[in-house]
This record gives sequence, C-alpha cells and structure tokens, in this order.
Amino acid sequence: MTYLGFIEIYVFILAGFVGFMVITRVPPLLHTPLMSATNAISAISLVGSLVAAGSERNQVSTILGFVAVISATINAVGGFIITDRMLKMFRRQPEQVPGEKKP
Amino acid sequence: MTPRELLIQAAYIAASVLFILGLRSLTKAETARRGMQQAALGMVIAVAGTLLHHEILTYGWILAGLVIGSVIGYPLGVYVPMTAMPQRIAISHVFGALAATLVGIAEYYTHLHGGEPVSTPLMAALGFEVVFGALTVSGSFMAFSKLQELIPGRPLTYRGQNVANIALFAVTIGSFGYLLLHPGAEQVFYLMVGLALLSGILLVLPIGGADMPVVISLMNSYAGLASAATGFAIGNNVLIIAGALDGASGFILSIVMSKAMNRSFGNVLFGAFGSVVAGGSGKTSEGLTVREISVEDAAMQLAYARSVIVVPGYGLAVAQAQHTVRELADLIEKRGGEVKYAIHPVAGRMPGHMNVLLAEANVPYDRLVEMDEINPQFPQADVALVIGANDVVNPAARNDPSSPIYGMPILNVDQAQKVIVMKRSMNPGFAGIENELFYNEKTSMLFGDAKQSLTRLVSEVKTL
Repeated sequence: MTYLGFIEIYVFILAGFVGFMVITRVPPLLHTPLMSATNAISAISLVGSLVAAGSERNQVSTILGFVAVISATINAVGGFIITDRMLKMFRRQPEQVPGEKKP
Repeated sequence: MTPRELLIQAAYIAASVLFILGLRSLTKAETARRGMQQAALGMVIAVAGTLLHHEILTYGWILAGLVIGSVIGYPLGVYVPMTAMPQRIAISHVFGALAATLVGIAEYYTHLHGGEPVSTPLMAALGFEVVFGALTVSGSFMAFSKLQELIPGRPLTYRGQNVANIALFAVTIGSFGYLLLHPGAEQVFYLMVGLALLSGILLVLPIGGADMPVVISLMNSYAGLASAATGFAIGNNVLIIAGALDGASGFILSIVMSKAMNRSFGNVLFGAFGSVVAGGSGKTSEGLTVREISVEDAAMQLAYARSVIVVPGYGLAVAQAQHTVRELADLIEKRGGEVKYAIHPVAGRMPGHMNVLLAEANVPYDRLVEMDEINPQFPQADVALVIGANDVVNPAARNDPSSPIYGMPILNVDQAQKVIVMKRSMNPGFAGIENELFYNEKTSMLFGDAKQSLTRLVSEVKTL
C-alpha cells in the first residue's frame, strides 16, 4: 500500500525550490504573517489525521488520529484567522487613497 | 483510478496551487490578504476531498475532532493580542508538530499490528516524521513557556551541557539507525520518540529570550519537515508540498535572523550567549556619565524636529506602548515634522514582530523602514527616538572588536543629530553588554516606563 517512489522525492525537492524562490521575496515587513501563514498551511497534516481517525483500523490509530485532528484543526482555523487579522492591519498612508472608508 | 480517487487528487492539486499562490501573494502587502484567503479555501478543498477517501469508514471521531479543534482554534485566532504573537506562533508549532507526530505513531502501530511489515523506506519517512515532530513539540513548548514567562527567559545553562546534548542526539540518531535495520523493534521506536521529546526541551533550555527569533524560525522549519515526512509515509503529495514550503520558509527565516545577529546557526543553538558575555566585554561604564533629560525638554526637541526616526525594540512590546507612539507621531506630523520607524530584523522576539505591533497601532506600513534603507537617513534626522531597544543600536557592534556583538549589523542611531533613549533603567540589555550610545554626548536618557513616558510626552507636545 505504501509505495515509496522517487516521485515523492522529486515533488519534495521541486516544492522546496518553489518555496525558496517565493519566500526569499517576502519582505521583512510581512515576516510574522508569513510564519503564521506557513503554520496554517502546514495544518494540511489534517489530511493524514482524518484518515487515521476515521479508518477504524485499530483503537490506537483512532484515538491518536482523533487528537491529531483536534490539534491540526486548531492550527487550520486559528492560523488562517490570525493571519487574516494581521494582514488586515497593514495599510498604506490614508491620504494617498482619498475617499477610502476609515475602519 | 476510480472517479472518487480522481476527485480527491484533483482537490489536492487545487489545494497545492492555492497554497503556493497564497505564499506568493505575501510578497506584497496589497495582495497578501486576498492570497491567504485563497490558501484557506485550498485547505477547505483539501479537507473536503479527504473526507471522500475510501479508507474512512466512520465520521464520528472526525466530526468531533473538527468541532473541538475549531472551538479551540477560533478564539486563538480572534482574541490573542498582537503583543502575544510570538508565544502564539510558538504554541501553534506545538499543535502542528503534535498532529504530525501522532499520525506517524498511529501509522507505525497500525502497520506493525496489522501484520504488514514496515519497509525500510517507510521506516525512514516515519522516523523523520516522529523525530522532527517530537523535537518540535517539546522545543516549541519550551519556547512558548519562555515567551509567556512560565519559566525564566534567560539562558539556563549547566556544566557539560553541550556534551550532554550531543550525546542525547547521538543516541536518538543511533536508535533511528537501528530501526532502519530492524523496523519491527517497537520499544526502540517509542524510545526514539521519547528521546526526541527530551532533545527538544534540552535544546531550547540554554537559549535566551533575545535569540527566540531564530528558535521560532527553526521550529517553523522542523514542523514543516515533519509534515513533509508524513506525506512521504502515507504517500500524499499535498502534504509533501505544504511541508516543503513550510520547511523552506522556516529555514530562510532562520538564516535571515542569524545573519541579522551576525551569528552562525550553530552558535545560536549551542553558544549560550550568556556564557560568552561572562568573559567580559571590552568597555566598562566607569568614568562615563549619562545625561538625563526631562519630559519637557524631550517634548520640545520632538515638537520642533523636522525629521524624527523612531527605533522600537522589545521594550515597546513589553510596555504595550505602540498606540501611544502612534499618537505622538501624529502630533509631530501635525506640526509639520516627518516620522519614520527604523525596523531592525531581530528587534523583538520573532521575525517581523515590530512591524505587526506598529501596524496594529495603525501606523501605515510605508513608514516602517528596513535597516539597510534607513541607515543612510540617520545623519539627516533631527532626533532619533529609541524606545526599548538596546543591542540593535549599540555602536560597539561597529567599532569595538572585543565586544561580543561586534560585527552585528546595527541601526546607526548615533549618527542622528540628537538621540533620546527611553529606557526603564541603566540596566544593560539581555547580553549584559554596555552600550556606549548611552554615553554619547548627543544622547539624552529619558528613564521610566515607555508607555508612561510617551503618554507624558504626548500631553507635553500638545501644550506647545
């Protein structure tokens, strides 16, 4: 069932390159949102947790999977919300965009 | 491939693309919010796709887990104040790594007790998953405890610490190696998890509060690698992609942070900065005097300045004075002056800490200027206002080779026409290093709590 091919290694390395190129261009201004964003994205381990929790393989897997679903969901929900909250705060000088609604 | 599998894979591809686009949107502040909302959509798609998985037979535990997780996660997203952001990030690394570790253990257990032998490649993936995962769980929890001040933030060191840590790593890696040869050795597997947990604790114990930006970045990277390893173990590409992105991001941030402190990775992890300082820095304060300034005089200088550069540090976050700074800046600007903020990469306790704080106080982000850009502007500044920053403005980093921070890139505050330093007391910074800026003849000190002093400055400037 678990076939470990070289395809996965290709995917990992290529994704690593994409990540490296994209993230080196993120300005220091947004480094904190970047951290919370990558954190929220890595809550994708939820995908693995869901299968472990729901596949009825054995009790250990179900319980560990259940706890994993909880903690990954905390990150997915909390992570995206807090990233959005932070990004909402970053704005330019108000005078430069006249007519914009003041929050 | 059945239509159902096709749908699942399509969901994963969509999620991967949205994640990458989301991160790319973070290269510009204008596009960032939109992009991250798309990434969140990607997460929803991936989860929905997974729920179609043919191995999933019951939804009771899943639903309960999703609900409980959302109930805990929502307040963590909505109510945590910006000043608590470093510990918030640290605790989220704990959750992320915990999920990866538990999935790894469940996967191992299921294989072993389901009669399927654990192959060596699978063991390698599971090993990386649980070692990185467990290390991150305990290490990030330690970082969280230090930032939340549940335990002292200063470095905790003891004799033979590095030797003990290296020995512990060696045993952990040794048991990993043994497992690769004998994947069925269940006890060794759990021992390895335990050792990795212990390593995380001991790794962060000797690291001081001011080095936290590096630790948090590193933990970010490890959490990502643990996720990627999960992807290898269960043959899931979206996990590998998301994990690789996270790992790359944490890695880049760690390098940026280490560079900004002019220290190598290894030095941060094993250096225990405090012990270096115990050797003594070159300069002492003997025979030097500092000039104190009254709030009235400081207000006068600020009110009539044409150009002011504010240099915020961790002290600003501690005093929660970001809104008061903004108020003061507004007053100065109303009188025709110009106010900018000089942001050192390691000011605060995590990458970008000061930017988030000031953005919260409605400071427009084009006023937040990075070190390399602002440094040439200091000579033209009438007043540099240093709030709760110390080592990042210490000229010893430029001109005193015997100083432990020599070579660290700093903000050239001493080149401004006048410098006002707001500080609680004359206690030196975290490193215990004397700061010659305080004895500079251009510098005057305004002692007291940053927020109170700023509040008094605001009311003084108003009367002028």
